[in-house]
Amino acid sequence: MSNIKKFMYVNRKAPYGTIYAWESLEVVLIGAAFEQDVSVAFVDDGVYQLLKNQDTTEVGIKNFSPTYSALGDYDVTKLYVEKESLDARGLSLEDLMPLTYEDEDDDWAEKDSIKVVSSAELAEILEQQEVVLSF
Amino acid sequence: MKFGIQINEGPYTHEASVSALNFVKAAVEAGHEIFRVFFYHDGVNNGTRYTTPPQDDINIVNAWSELAKANDIDLVICVAAAQRRGIVDQGEQERNGKDGNNIADGFRISGLGQLIEAGIQSDRLVVFGD
Amino acid sequence: MSTLHTVNKSPFDRGSLQTCLRVASKGNAVLLIEDGVYGAMKGSNVAELVQGSLSNTSIYVLGPDMKARGVDESKLIDGIKIVDYKGFVDLTVENDKVNAWV
Repeated sequence: MSNIKKFMYVNRKAPYGTIYAWESLEVVLIGAAFEQDVSVAFVDDGVYQLLKNQDTTEVGIKNFSPTYSALGDYDVTKLYVEKESLDARGLSLEDLMPLTYEDEDDDWAEKDSIKVVSSAELAEILEQQEVVLSF
Repeated sequence: MKFGIQINEGPYTHEASVSALNFVKAAVEAGHEIFRVFFYHDGVNNGTRYTTPPQDDINIVNAWSELAKANDIDLVICVAAAQRRGIVDQGEQERNGKDGNNIADGFRISGLGQLIEAGIQSDRLVVFGD
Repeated sequence: MSTLHTVNKSPFDRGSLQTCLRVASKGNAVLLIEDGVYGAMKGSNVAELVQGSLSNTSIYVLGPDMKARGVDESKLIDGIKIVDYKGFVDLTVENDKVNAWV
């Protein structure tokens, strides 16, 4: 498999109420082994997946939010969060988990994986993709 | 063209599986190739041979089995999603100590890598979901 | 690059159509399938949004899903084109990729 494609994973659903958020993350992690050019978009209720301080103890189901922090280690470093979706929900970057990666091309400097983008910027990013997986 | 198909929902509750069936039929009729149909999330429920839908309605599971057989289509059920939802083949039955299996004709259980491969190898990946 | 977007939910059930139209690029195609066909109807409170989008993207609706729901051709917003499943396949071939707003 020498052809590298631009893969985009689109997340639009909140975590826990349905399984899509967690099962889509599982695809991203497995997909990382295939060394494609991966981006992940969080739009609409998908932005809720990245909220800090998730604690599922009293519900009794698995808290999978720590897994987002591992994405950087899997070379999944382009996490696009739509600003309009954050604004509509009264959220800002400060409400989200501080997800980072170490840039091997820049002396392993720690950098932010989350990029807040406008709808217009997201539209351009989507246009450049070659394969879109939706959950 | 070579198509990869991803189906996120089970039979009957959502239209996704039927939409995908009709799309695949049309694609085959138009001379296209179906690289793989990958069933994820509740989509794995399309692969149980124990459904007994009413006689006057479409038998979705059989429709997939027949379409796959007639056109040599690879129907893959995600192993992780299948384990969660109880879709079991002989191998999974033995591996996980279950007292039976329920997989329908023409379906096979495999890993998520098969979905990624479909995305890489196909010219178009089409997702049907909710 | 041109994208075919598919929307399968009613605009009154989910915001999928609204989000799709917000991030579709000029020259893209949008195909309304399943419950998404209701988004093609005149007179609803999203009709203006959909009509307005026609200057940016082509909008199609899946005929079999319309008929299933009793949505007559006469009820469609002007400029929206009806396709069948073969037309759906053709749209995926004519565009470079598919983005499904599920």
